Amino acid sequence: MFVSYKWLQDYVDLSGVSASELAEKITKSGIEVEGVDVLNEGITGVVVGHVVERVQHPNADKLSKCQVDIGQGEPVQIICGAPNVAQGQKVAVATVGAVLPGNFKIKRAKLRGEESNGMICSLTELGVEAKVVPKEYSEGIFVFPQDAEVGTDAIALLNRNDEVLELGLTPNRADCLSMLGVAYEVGAILGREVKLPEIDVQPVNEKASDYITVKVEANEDNPLYAAKVIKNVKIGPAPLWMQTRLISAGIRPHNNVVDITNYILLEYGQPLHAFDYDRLGSKEILVRRAHDGEKFLTLDDVERTLTSDHLVITNGKEPVALAGVMGGANSEVTSDTTTVLLEAAYFTGGTVRKASKDHGLRSEASARFEKGVDPNRVRAAGERAAYLMARYAGGEVLEGASEVNTLTVEPAVVSITLEKINSVIGTNLTVQDVEAIFERLQFTVNVEENVITVTAPTRRGDIKIEEDLIEEVARLYGYDNIPKTLPIGSATPGKLSDYQEKRRIVRQYLEGAGLYQAVTYSLTSEEKAAQFALEKRDFIRLAMPMSEDRSILRLSIMPQLLEVLKYNSARQNDSLAVYETGAVFLANGNEVLPEEQEHLAGAVTGLWHSHSWQGEKKAVDFYVLKGILEGLFAKLGLTESVTYVQAKVDNMHPGRTAEIHLNGERIGFVGQVHPTMQKELDLKDTYVFELSLKAVLEEATTALRYEAIPRFPSITRDIALVVDKETVSGVLKDVIQSAGGKLLKEVSVFDLYEGDRMEEGKKSIAYSLKYMDPERTLTDEEVTKVHTQVLEALKTQAGAVLRG
Amino acid sequence: MQERLKELQQEAIQKIEQSSSLKELNDIRVAYLGKKGPITEVLRGMGKLSAEERPIMGALANEVREAIATTLEAKQKDLEEAAVLEKLASESIDVTLPGRPVKVGNHHPLTRIIEEIEDLFIGMGYQVAEGPEVEQDYYNFEALNLPKGHPARDMQDSFYITDEILLRTHTSPVQARTMEKNQGKGPIKIICPGKVYRRDNDDATHSHQFMQIEGLVVGENIRMSDLHGTLEIFAKKMFGEDREIRLRPSFFPFTEPSVEMDISCMICGGHGCNVCKKTGWIEILGAGMVHPNVLEMAGYDSKKYTGFAFGMGPERIAMLKYGVDDIRHFYTNDVRFLKQFSKHE
Ligand SMILES: [Zn+2]
Repeated sequence: MFVSYKWLQDYVDLSGVSASELAEKITKSGIEVEGVDVLNEGITGVVVGHVVERVQHPNADKLSKCQVDIGQGEPVQIICGAPNVAQGQKVAVATVGAVLPGNFKIKRAKLRGEESNGMICSLTELGVEAKVVPKEYSEGIFVFPQDAEVGTDAIALLNRNDEVLELGLTPNRADCLSMLGVAYEVGAILGREVKLPEIDVQPVNEKASDYITVKVEANEDNPLYAAKVIKNVKIGPAPLWMQTRLISAGIRPHNNVVDITNYILLEYGQPLHAFDYDRLGSKEILVRRAHDGEKFLTLDDVERTLTSDHLVITNGKEPVALAGVMGGANSEVTSDTTTVLLEAAYFTGGTVRKASKDHGLRSEASARFEKGVDPNRVRAAGERAAYLMARYAGGEVLEGASEVNTLTVEPAVVSITLEKINSVIGTNLTVQDVEAIFERLQFTVNVEENVITVTAPTRRGDIKIEEDLIEEVARLYGYDNIPKTLPIGSATPGKLSDYQEKRRIVRQYLEGAGLYQAVTYSLTSEEKAAQFALEKRDFIRLAMPMSEDRSILRLSIMPQLLEVLKYNSARQNDSLAVYETGAVFLANGNEVLPEEQEHLAGAVTGLWHSHSWQGEKKAVDFYVLKGILEGLFAKLGLTESVTYVQAKVDNMHPGRTAEIHLNGERIGFVGQVHPTMQKELDLKDTYVFELSLKAVLEEATTALRYEAIPRFPSITRDIALVVDKETVSGVLKDVIQSAGGKLLKEVSVFDLYEGDRMEEGKKSIAYSLKYMDPERTLTDEEVTKVHTQVLEALKTQAGAVLRG
Repeated sequence: MQERLKELQQEAIQKIEQSSSLKELNDIRVAYLGKKGPITEVLRGMGKLSAEERPIMGALANEVREAIATTLEAKQKDLEEAAVLEKLASESIDVTLPGRPVKVGNHHPLTRIIEEIEDLFIGMGYQVAEGPEVEQDYYNFEALNLPKGHPARDMQDSFYITDEILLRTHTSPVQARTMEKNQGKGPIKIICPGKVYRRDNDDATHSHQFMQIEGLVVGENIRMSDLHGTLEIFAKKMFGEDREIRLRPSFFPFTEPSVEMDISCMICGGHGCNVCKKTGWIEILGAGMVHPNVLEMAGYDSKKYTGFAFGMGPERIAMLKYGVDDIRHFYTNDVRFLKQFSKHE
């Protein structure tokens, strides 16, 4: 809603309060003023001029040479390019030395050899938005009414010496979609009176009901319909002050009758509609639901197909308006109109919302009906419009109105105790304080004991319950005046859950290991949704996706993370390590919520380590990622519970991928992205992992216990074994560990050889075995005895022989 | 003989002093002090001397020996020191060359903001509550005083999966679920971070997926002044002690009264700039007293219990705090963007 500061003064005294001060006060008490537009900002030196002579420019077809009286002695010569400039017009002249918006300075100039002392202006040149310039002036200069006085300030005459407050209205404050509503609000804020507009209808001796009858078949959608008749109107331009007020509010002027309905819409917040009575085709108004498939040509010349959801105004047979949304071309007011049928009605929000949404017709009128108009202002608005039509369109208002009224208007009565107000806000207000606030709002207040009973006027349909009253008191008392306290009562322990705390540890660990945290989208494409999924489930698809790429909830993080690598790789960052934690969505059937499983995924591509001037370069490999995971599981105390099993996973390298098992359950995978996919994504060798973080973090945390530092030396024996190529280290290690028994403290691989010095199909793998007894120093003989058992077991259980 | 010894001493000391390597020095040691050396030889000839002269000569020979040995030792020390210095000199490096980089990543900026807010409220006795991103219409809307057909549902165009299931449009359903779980009993003090989704086209200021963090306090005497005090502490800790806050009335279906909080602009200090649109104030969060309908629907007696709630957008806060100009940066994950958020501040 755009609110003209000057216009607002018709209803409430703003003396001593500047527009910007007013904006600040309105904002602080509840309605955000999103901006204050100073209409004449950067404009000086524009006066009313009289075109005393206009002749063709001798050297240019499209230019006129004008002699313009600007009230400063002799007329000045101005060259004008507007097609509509004509002798005798009163126009806006930017004189030499004037400044127009955009710091455009007017200088004396020669145009095609002819002197020009200023510029005759169009409205857009004076800062008016093109979409609100009256159509007749949209291609040329603006022309004042003849009574405009030469030499006076044209900007003042155009009401541009004004400031416009742009209100950002929340849905509950539809009452401020009118100048009167804003006046009540401002009156309450400033503690000043509100003056209502003048209505002084002098009806002629004829009855509206003799011209028109009204029937309503859909009382629920349209509980009040009043039709007034104004005859002998002369269609012409509305008075300049009215046109300029419409322009400031963002509405384009048309003609006096249409402008008056729009003016009332802004003043009262009540949309009205003017029909050409003679084009109606009957003496009857019938309001009904449309028939399914019924056709109707709206005044924007679009044929609409209606359904029974839509409410129409008809002449008894066919529609003449889509109720509350738009009139019909068949009954539109034209320059020939002499008798106006004026509709003032109450249409319910739901009905209008449905029609405006179905037909894509959002208008100032529909917006007001949708949010709810004041039922008590409908008739007054009609009367005021009729009065203005008599005054500014020369019309004669017929007596009364034809009306159907089934509306019951009950103002809301809400009671509250002073104690409740103070205990919710945290203040110590007195009954008098509270009473004064409601009086400023022009709500009726009754106080008995400590119970305050408030009757809210119908324009404030948002006041329904105690809390609404509390809000009114709080906002007019001033939110900033509310004390600052902290909740009292039983203390609550502030902390993260174990799960949340461990999640933070995981993040810190991974970042310490060199991975950046990424956050990607949960919605993905059908193609990617199932890639790398740990579990195959049905897709969870949006009913109305915005694009195919974001239509399905992810089953795995990995495709998104690879997308991140691809994006960076294409921007000269082809060595990169990232991870993400986030939910994947596992369908549980149609009408139930999916299981949201938190996953952890990591991806490393290109070089893992490099130190440029020392020439060190190390590409990422499987064991880099496995090392990261081992460190992570160690941190979480899960080293003993996790195993890695060679596996085939879709889109992963068939020989370089392992499943991760936690207590024997598969919870994820680690390995190299399949070279085909790497190539598709234009990535260097890329290793990744993804696992169920939920499974990992839900494992119980084990207590940390200190283990004694050994006091006796250990004995280390190294062995190099020759085994079949297929024999994996994990198996050998298991054999060594079980044969080594208690004395074997540590087994570690220190060499792997698969070169051509080995027999076909064999490899050599070397282990370092560390023997120790915490209670005493071991003898060589004791160690040898156990070590021999180990070698024996290796031979019999794994076919491993010592390398000669 | 005496003369010979003196001569030897002089000769040896001269050679020692002229020597320039440990090897040379060792040769001198062997030559003069060795078993086949001239001093030993002189001593061997002592048999020819009288019993009176013998001890005198013996003492003199030892004196000479010692003098040579002492000089040798001193020279050896000198030479060794010189050798160490020479070695060190040859080992010198260019200390201005860059060091070996330590590979380290960092939090995503949104996580950074969220953890900062979490920690701040944990310090005030809050717990962190989380909930599903795919929600029932009931928890996302109805339990929050947004019945079907409510005009404010327009404000939140949502991604529906079925008529009753959608991607949550805010983290408020976590509040509704937490209240329901507590079965009408207080107190509740939670902070709820998480991802939310709205049907918006992605551009510089909109994202179909974004983060939200909301707080809820429910108890037997929770006042609007408690909200005021809490928000002030939050604003000062999050944005700096010299920030001022301003509360404005607003409208949300799930709170009444409703509040929007502005902080004095951290860019211009309140004088007015482009970031604050010349107002000196920046909108940071929405809040309010929990609507009685919301309390009642979750099983609370709204006569006995009151509460406050607040909610804010980590993206917006990160954009303001770090001067990020495009919301899409948070989801593109350009490493040149991500790595800028490692610094402690
Ligand atoms: Zn600023």
